[in-house]
Amino acid sequence: MSSIRFIIGGSAALALLVGCATGPSPEELDARAKQAIQSSFRDQGIAKIDRLNQDPALAACSSDKAPDDAVADRVMADALNTVKWPAGGQFVGDWRRGEAIAQSGRGMTWTDASADPKDNGGNCYNCHQIDEKEISYGTIGPSLWNYGKNRGITDVAAPATAPIVHYTWVKLWNPRAYAPCSNMPRFGHKGLLNEQQLRDLMALLLDPKSPVNQ
Amino acid sequence: MGKRSLIGLAAMALCVGAQAQKTTADGIAEYRKMLEDGNPAELFEAKGEELWKQKRGPKNASLEQCDLGQGPGVVKGAFVTLPRYFADTQRVQDLESRLVSCMATLQGFDAAEIAKTPFGRGEMANVTALATWVASMSRGMRFNLPQGHPAERQSYEVGKRAFFFRAGSHDFACATCHAEDGKRIRLQELPNLTKNPGDGIGFAAWPAYRVSNGQMWGMQLRLNDCFRQQRFPYPGFGSEVTIDLATFMGVNAKGSESIAPSIKR
Repeated sequence: MSSIRFIIGGSAALALLVGCATGPSPEELDARAKQAIQSSFRDQGIAKIDRLNQDPALAACSSDKAPDDAVADRVMADALNTVKWPAGGQFVGDWRRGEAIAQSGRGMTWTDASADPKDNGGNCYNCHQIDEKEISYGTIGPSLWNYGKNRGITDVAAPATAPIVHYTWVKLWNPRAYAPCSNMPRFGHKGLLNEQQLRDLMALLLDPKSPVNQ
Repeated sequence: MGKRSLIGLAAMALCVGAQAQKTTADGIAEYRKMLEDGNPAELFEAKGEELWKQKRGPKNASLEQCDLGQGPGVVKGAFVTLPRYFADTQRVQDLESRLVSCMATLQGFDAAEIAKTPFGRGEMANVTALATWVASMSRGMRFNLPQGHPAERQSYEVGKRAFFFRAGSHDFACATCHAEDGKRIRLQELPNLTKNPGDGIGFAAWPAYRVSNGQMWGMQLRLNDCFRQQRFPYPGFGSEVTIDLATFMGVNAKGSESIAPSIKR
């Protein structure tokens, strides 16, 4: 009895000691950080504080550590479930309009008047090389030069190309379907670009006539 | 010097127009190098020094007794130890929020009113000029933020969490652009701010004069515009997240040399 009390008392003292030596626990700091984030921002224009709300896919990818496999698998499965396929099975639009969308970095900031996708750009060149004639490109994402050509696409409507066409649509709609913590925005899922804009970006990447595939 | 710098800058801007058409990234690097020859930040430094010494505000007092962490009135070396904990306000403060505290206590200004003022206007423009001068007094010194007080260690940990916090319409965090070496947005090189990015890079380069818009930017405006591009809502001036992010970057930059105020694209 007395020895049990001694052990309990000893471990409590130890916990107190460790607590003093290390400061707040990681969980306490997580909670503190959440409070700090919530109290530090305010609405401005179209950028409201509800943008701080995280869905499970964001919460899983908000530290310097990757989520464990079970969480990663769920994020990817949930992301795949969000994908809406284009009306009439029309996946590919006009690469010329796609290039303009890829060039534009506009949209969704507190200095933008509208949150309508038609006023948004795709920000693509900010992070990717696409048409190699554009020398001002970012390197956060991989190069997309020759994206369709490298994948052997000679006819976007051919049945044999369907898997890569579908893959690319999913990647634009919700890239978390293939990489749980992808840096890329979820253009379809978050309503950043509309269906026609996504078709036009598909054309830029896949159309054999697109400058990207020369 | 100031006037000559500005004339030089205008001449350089003309050169750049011609140069950008015939060359690529090398030309841009050359342009950035040329810009370093004359930095209009000097004008803001001079204004800041004058504001520090001038009797102003409802109490008609100067800021010469302001304690930036090195004791009342000590300016040299203060910049490379901020943000830090201040016992009188019982908060971790960065340079700009500390200057506002001094303007309130010593000169009688309304701190909340200043914090609400848009960047570049009224007393907020004066805070930026003061920060530019204070930073210049630590030019060439190395960052060494204190982490002895529990609030300073908490500030670092909260800042780290804020740095990796993904949200907004585009799912971006600070880490999306600033957690890997050697990345760019378009042609703009991005410092890796999860570690020491090197002398005069990242935290060690602000306040900076922005050539593209002719404005002087302190770290508060630098972070504010990062959050704008991150598609986040609007961060309050001197809010906890902005200060804790500065602590995170400043501690990570330990030992790197301050070149602030610098000149930027």
